[in-house]
Amino acid sequence: MSPADPLLRATALQKSFGGNQVLKSIDLRIDSGQVVALVGPSGSGKTTVLRCLNGLETPDGGTVAFRGGPAIDFGPKVSKKDALALRDRSAMVFQTYNLFPHMTVLENVIEGPVKVQKRPRREAIADAERLLARVGLADKRDDHPFNLSGGQQQRVGIVRALALQPDLLLFDEPTSALDPELVGEVLTVIKELAEEKWTMVIVTHELAFAREVADEVVFMDGGVVVEHGHPDQVLRAPHHERTRRFVDRLLNPF
Amino acid sequence: MDWDLLRSSFWPMLSGGLTATIPLALASFALGLLLALVIALMRISGQPVLSAIARFYVSVIRGTPLLVQLFVIFYGLPSLGVTIDPWPSAIIAFSLNVAGYAAEILRAAILSVPKGQWEAGHTIGMSRALTLRRVILPQAARVSVPPLSNTFISLVKDTSLASLILVGELFREAQQIASFSQQFMLVYMEAAAIYWVFCLVLSTGQSALEKRLDRYVAR
Repeated sequence: MSPADPLLRATALQKSFGGNQVLKSIDLRIDSGQVVALVGPSGSGKTTVLRCLNGLETPDGGTVAFRGGPAIDFGPKVSKKDALALRDRSAMVFQTYNLFPHMTVLENVIEGPVKVQKRPRREAIADAERLLARVGLADKRDDHPFNLSGGQQQRVGIVRALALQPDLLLFDEPTSALDPELVGEVLTVIKELAEEKWTMVIVTHELAFAREVADEVVFMDGGVVVEHGHPDQVLRAPHHERTRRFVDRLLNPF
Repeated sequence: MDWDLLRSSFWPMLSGGLTATIPLALASFALGLLLALVIALMRISGQPVLSAIARFYVSVIRGTPLLVQLFVIFYGLPSLGVTIDPWPSAIIAFSLNVAGYAAEILRAAILSVPKGQWEAGHTIGMSRALTLRRVILPQAARVSVPPLSNTFISLVKDTSLASLILVGELFREAQQIASFSQQFMLVYMEAAAIYWVFCLVLSTGQSALEKRLDRYVAR
């Protein structure tokens, strides 16, 4: 594949839980350096898309291909090895941070690089310290997560993902569990990552943030992509009635 | 009060406690815990056959008296041509028994760790085994210390049953001294007191361990 190929291409992703078809058929294309905001009502399947890309869920059907890797066909015969290979291309930042409470901030960050990627510990620590300094948490390296505010924990969560040097960063509603006054510090970090041309998919309800940071907004509803395009178009002048209703509701909640 | 008897019987009993009761309990607990982890993992493996075997094991162990288990191994097996000495018999019986109880404790402790911790392990590239070892078990350990301490303290006292298969532990010493001196009340109360002190020490150890494991957990 040439560099002009997308970093990731997903086609016809399907996923059901019990009898409930959460993803009907999702196509997604993400270019290197692109920031994609995934928006939509709750239950629309956006988090499930993210989880499928990271291998946290195995789709029932469809394909996912990262540049330079095989196109993994999630038919009934998909191998576990293939499904796991996906995971190493991306890293997830969780809504509820999911930091390891028994480890210090630094240990949280170097766990993946040292124990999984087998990088030299000293090098991993140097990287981690640099990343922590960048998000303003250099002095927290030896603290445990429960001593940190939600915003600080989420910044550690972001650093933990960055330390793996993944091709793609996935954010699952990264500010939804935060007190309102802490949202800004996390969004600022994400914005800086966007400026550094990290490729990111962000599930978010922060439409103003999506409009500012995203190169593309994908609006999902009922397990399908209703429309996608430039944030100004999708969020200001949506083509579809469903998108318009959703945007209106978020902008004028009362 | 027969102070001479109290003093002369103290050392054999204490020595039986230190050289038999405690080592027997420690060895059985260590082995039992290992087996318990295997059984707990079988139980939560999602494999119907493994899970059923684990459930059956726990059911049999919990559903039959420890004394019967001990007698089956020591007095029963020889009729099948398998003769095991008192000490190994006791260790086998006690560890199999502890495993049945501890397996349920470990299973509950592992399941008490939030699912997000497994997912965090997954997203940083860990296998399930590595996540279990590095992320889940350290957190499950904290939850399981109080109930496992209970199990261990029960085990220390249950080792007195080994006197019935001729292991020279604390209570066997007590029985011998009691029948020799005919001072049953005094000697058995003394034995009880020694067991009690052992358990007090263990409880202190439990508190210290809990404190240590609590350091990093928000309460």
